[in-house]
Amino acid sequence: MKRTLLLCAWLVALAAAAQTVPVPSNDAALDAHVQALAAQLRCVVCQNESVADSQAPLAADLREQIRRQLREGRSDEQIRSYMTERYGDFVLYEPPLSNRTLMLWFGPALMLAIGGVALLRLLRVRKRLPDEAFDPDSTF
Amino acid sequence: MTRWLIPLVLFGALLVFLARGLNLDPREVPSPLIDRPAPAFAMPTLADPARVVRREELLGKVWLLNVWASWCGPCRTEHPQWLKLAQRQPAVTLIGLNYKDERDAATAWLQDLGNPYTDSLFDPQGQLGLDYGVYGVPETFVVDRDGIVRFKHVGPLTHAVVREQIEPVLKRLGA
Repeated sequence: MKRTLLLCAWLVALAAAAQTVPVPSNDAALDAHVQALAAQLRCVVCQNESVADSQAPLAADLREQIRRQLREGRSDEQIRSYMTERYGDFVLYEPPLSNRTLMLWFGPALMLAIGGVALLRLLRVRKRLPDEAFDPDSTF
Repeated sequence: MTRWLIPLVLFGALLVFLARGLNLDPREVPSPLIDRPAPAFAMPTLADPARVVRREELLGKVWLLNVWASWCGPCRTEHPQWLKLAQRQPAVTLIGLNYKDERDAATAWLQDLGNPYTDSLFDPQGQLGLDYGVYGVPETFVVDRDGIVRFKHVGPLTHAVVREQIEPVLKRLGA
């Protein structure tokens, strides 16, 4: 029992230590807005993280930039274009629809359609086969 | 015949996509600045806080912008290439962008290793770096006489990069 308690205390201490120190701010709405916008942006130095999640100094700079611009009253759209002017569409998790991104947007649907048509045709061919074709023992 | 041909063609297409995917560098962020005007600036220099260099002053010249910092290891690696480039291309203006650095440390770094730059812009907050879309120091931009960015290299310059990429661009721009 004592050991379990000790282990629990240790785990709690560990969890407390692991928690990142939040940046002090008295404007929760602004914080949430910055966070929401930053979550749509890809961090360019740590590419599998968003600007919101990343600990990289550049991501912190970008969050600060977003915060400053929101304070100045700029719209989400203006801030997004501020980012793409500097880092390209690369920073957007949802790249805009253009000739270059056609395959990106519609590729999966196209593949599904091709697969669907192929499957339908195969099933139609099989439907016309005699029953013996599906008999595992027959040498059709 | 077509029974085999279709899967074969599909397999071939798959191979082409996979080979292309393997040869792309996911860390390379294509710069939207290529063939667009270099972002404007009016920055104090590292050597003299009272002296301000503006982008407009550089119009009519081919210039290189090298983003560097004294805390950046790869910058030290590429530095000899800059010293050589300054000698080999005296007609080209080399502008340093001292990024998120401290004035004393940066000045000492240049004194230690030699100063190839016509001027180094002092950007301790990284604000100009942000305008140029800097994400990994060192970075190098080539800007033509009209102030248009023509080339960008991310990472340390090597002899090969200078000879095979930068110098041909400079030649094309008539520097």
